[in-house]
Amino acid sequence: MEQEITIKVDGTGHRLTVDTRTTLLDALRERLGITSPKKGCDHGQCGACTILLAGRRINSCLALAVAFEDEEIVTAEGLAEDGGLHPMHRSFIEHDAFQCGYCTPGQIVSAVGMLEEASSGWPSSVTADLDADEIVLADEEIRERMSGNLCRCAAYVNIVSAISETAGGEARR
Amino acid sequence: MKPYRYQRARDIPGAISALAEEPNATFLAGGTNLVDLLKLGVMEPEVLVDVRRLTSDSVEELPDGGVRIGAAVTNSNLAADRTIRSRYPVLSEALLSGASGQLRNLATTGGNLLQHTRCVYWQDTTTPCNKREPGSGCSALEGHNKNHAILGASEHCVATHPSDMAVAMTALDAFVVVQGRNGEHRIPIEELHRLPGDEPWRDTTLEHGELITAVDLPLLDLAANSKYRKVRERASYAFALVSVAAALDVGEDGTVRDVRLALGGVAHKPWRATKAEEALRGEPINKANLRAAADIELEDAELLRDNAFKVPLARNVIVRTLLDLAEGR
Repeated sequence: MEQEITIKVDGTGHRLTVDTRTTLLDALRERLGITSPKKGCDHGQCGACTILLAGRRINSCLALAVAFEDEEIVTAEGLAEDGGLHPMHRSFIEHDAFQCGYCTPGQIVSAVGMLEEASSGWPSSVTADLDADEIVLADEEIRERMSGNLCRCAAYVNIVSAISETAGGEARR
Repeated sequence: MKPYRYQRARDIPGAISALAEEPNATFLAGGTNLVDLLKLGVMEPEVLVDVRRLTSDSVEELPDGGVRIGAAVTNSNLAADRTIRSRYPVLSEALLSGASGQLRNLATTGGNLLQHTRCVYWQDTTTPCNKREPGSGCSALEGHNKNHAILGASEHCVATHPSDMAVAMTALDAFVVVQGRNGEHRIPIEELHRLPGDEPWRDTTLEHGELITAVDLPLLDLAANSKYRKVRERASYAFALVSVAAALDVGEDGTVRDVRLALGGVAHKPWRATKAEEALRGEPINKANLRAAADIELEDAELLRDNAFKVPLARNVIVRTLLDLAEGR
């Protein structure tokens, strides 16, 4: 069964008719040609499809396109400001935080969403003081908060350092 | 995936009547479990009625000192809520121990309660499962059953309930606010989920078309001293082998004034450990008494080939969690 929807991706609105079974991931990749969100497991377990929806990171493979129309979507491509690179993009390059690169767009979007969560004061399951006003993003915090993104090449060490540097840079600004 | 019709109800009564008209319709909220089950072919509804925008997405203080959590509050917003963090820390900890950051951002309070077991046989349409296909048999009884229930199971089903959040809410004496065709009613969370018995396909006591609109946490002073401890096979992003939600009030004399205890990963529903609670009230808090109380709760455990480890694991986690609470850790 088909339905007409509008989705807003990286600042641009798109009108399209989709089967009600279409996920946001498939709508982005197959219908709009926006291929930075990757299909890894397609079951919400690997995080390669991570996008920002209304500013929060989600798995686009578990979101039905018909259910999330009219909400602002940002992909790894849309993070770039004025065609340049987002500081998280740059940090991943500088820290060599990938090998094959397939999980990278999801890692980067997830990391950007995660930093926003941390700066909102959201605790994680490794935060010692649940009531703390400020979150200090030690490596242990970054690992826990990024556990929804798998990397089969196991570039984790450099992913953590790339995120850590970006987090510190933002804090200093 | 089988085709289905998607509709967004205008309001709660509209959503309820949409389900009433269609026996093979189901509510959709965050979708983090349902969409996966659609892909796996485990669920094949004719109609999805989207209720994500219909119920409240805020956490409000109630006049009686309790808290009302709207069914649409996401798991991450609930975990981060300041009132929950300070007055019901066990609930924040339980939520943060579950799933991943991405999933918690989509998953809702109502949907978390109604998520389905992760029993591998229920999720695999090529294997018999009484929950999925009544009368076909239970593959877990003779299969890989390391993750399965040790308490309250039946010969028809040994699946466990996967939620962490619901275990904490069970320890907190929460009420579930339900709306149906005949109006609204509140049920104790212990009466929401059911044991499998000979109807394992029924996960909850809700009738078709009843919608969870909120969860109420009553005023509970000892909840400020509460904790969730989860044991799993990875450091993060895995379901519980065993988990414990506990709240404790110890008097000046070192005896237990009051205690709340619930277990996850051990049964078809979040398991309220009332026998252990009973055994502990008024007793000095020490390791021996805690072990004895845990043993009383676990004495009815029925073990399968692979899950006997859950009994000592549950006992040890109960003891450790309550000792930590007693010692202010």
